[in-house]
Amino acid sequence: MTGLNFSVLIEYYPMLLQGLLWTCILCVASISVSLAGGIPLALSGISGNRLVRWPFEFFIWVFRGTPLLLQLFLIYFGLPQIGIYLSPIVSGILGLGLHYAVYNSDVMRAGIVAVERGQHEASRSLGLSRAQTMRKVILPQALRNVAPALGNNLIALLKESALVSIITVPELTLSAQRAISETFRPFEFYFAAGAIYYGINYFLELGLKRVEKKTALSR
Amino acid sequence: MVKVINVFKRFGDNEVLKGINLEVLRGKILVIIGPSGSGKSTLLRAINHLETVNDGEIWIDDVQVNLPLKGRKFEKHINRIRQEMGMVFQHFNLFPHMTVMENITMAPMLLKKLPRKTAEAAARRLLGKVDLADKVNFYPAQLSGGQKQRVAIARALAMEPKVMLFDEVTSALDPELIGEVNKVMKKLAEEHMTMLIVTHEMRFAAEVADQVIFMADGVIVEEGPPRRLFYNPTQERTQRFLAEVFK
Repeated sequence: MTGLNFSVLIEYYPMLLQGLLWTCILCVASISVSLAGGIPLALSGISGNRLVRWPFEFFIWVFRGTPLLLQLFLIYFGLPQIGIYLSPIVSGILGLGLHYAVYNSDVMRAGIVAVERGQHEASRSLGLSRAQTMRKVILPQALRNVAPALGNNLIALLKESALVSIITVPELTLSAQRAISETFRPFEFYFAAGAIYYGINYFLELGLKRVEKKTALSR
Repeated sequence: MVKVINVFKRFGDNEVLKGINLEVLRGKILVIIGPSGSGKSTLLRAINHLETVNDGEIWIDDVQVNLPLKGRKFEKHINRIRQEMGMVFQHFNLFPHMTVMENITMAPMLLKKLPRKTAEAAARRLLGKVDLADKVNFYPAQLSGGQKQRVAIARALAMEPKVMLFDEVTSALDPELIGEVNKVMKKLAEEHMTMLIVTHEMRFAAEVADQVIFMADGVIVEEGPPRRLFYNPTQERTQRFLAEVFK
C-alpha cells in the first residue's frame, strides 16, 4: 500500500460523480436560499421600526455568532426532539442557506445604504412608493454594486458545503470518504475531490465575472 | 395652480423658510433667484414634499400637498399628488441601471399601467422633443451632462405632470452644455407648461419668467415681472445681489 495509484479513481468515478451531483444540488439550493433570504434580512436591518429590526437582528446575531457545524447539528439532530424531522439534504440546504443569508445580508445592506440619496428622491418624486422605489431603483443598483462581494460569499459557501458531509448528505466529501474506506487510498480521493471543488469554483467565478461585465455599463 | 401659504421650515435651530407666500397661475413661469442658502431649493423641494414643512400650506390646484394625514394614508396621498408634479434635479439623478428608454417608461408603466408599446411611443416623442431621439438605448453613463439632464426632463414629462419643478438644473453642467438644457425649458414655456424654476442663470430667468421672486435668508425680499425686478429693483438687498451677479 505504499506509493500513489490514481487508477483507483477510474473504478470509483461513479461514486465521485454522484458526490458532485449532490454538491451541485446542495449549493444551487443553498445559494438561492442565501440570496433570497439576504434581501429581507438586509431590508429589516435598515428599517426604522425597532419591532421589525430586533427579531432579525437577533436572528443575525445567532447565526453569525455560532459555528456553522453546530447549526447543522442542531437542525439535523436537535430539531427532531421538538417534532421537526428534516432530511439530511434539506437540513444541509437550510443550514448553509441561512448561515450565508446572514453574511449576504450584511453585504447587501452596505450596498443599499451606498446608493445615493438622489436616487430615492428622483424615484419618489415620480410618485413611486417606498416599496416600489426599493424594488425598481435601489435594490437593482445595490446588488450590482456589491456583486463582487456577494460572489466571495458564494465561493465560501461552496467550500463550506463540505461540512454537510457530517450530517450524512452523500455530497462530494462524504463520497470521497466512502471511497477511501473501501480502498484505503486517502490521498488519491481527497486530491480528486479537491480538484473537483476547484473546478466548480472555477465555473462559479467565470459566471460571476460575466455578471460583473454585463452590469459594468449600467453602473 | 400652485399656492404656497405662510410656509415655515426649520432644520434644527436653523430656520430656512420664514413665512413664504406665493402663487403660480396655470401656464405661468415663476423663477426663483437668490444667494445660496436663501432657502430657494428648500422651497421647491417642499412643494414636492421632499422636505416636510413645519408650518403652512402647499396646494396644487384644489389638493393640499401637506395634508395632516398619518402613515399609509399620507403615503398614498403623496404618491398620487407627486404624479402631478415633475421634478428635475441639479445632479440629474437618472437611474444608472436603466437605459434612457427604461428611465422614461418605468414610472408610466408602473403607476399609470400604460402598456409598454404606448409608454415607449410616448417616450420616443418626448426624446424627440429634447433632441435625443438617437439615444434611446444608451445608458446614462454614456451621456454628457447636458444629455442626462434632458433625459431627466423627458422622464419627468412622461408622467404628464401639471407643473414642472426645476431645481438648479444647469448648476452642475459645463458652461457650453447649459444652453441645450435651457432651450428645452424654453420649448416647454412656449407650450405653456406651468413651471417653477430655481436658477442662477439671470439672463435665462429674464427671458422666460412671467414673474421673478428674489429670496434671501428664508424670506421673499422682492417679487415682480422680470423687467422690473432685474432693471429696477426697489429693495436694497436685491440691488446688492444683482450688482454682485452682474459684476
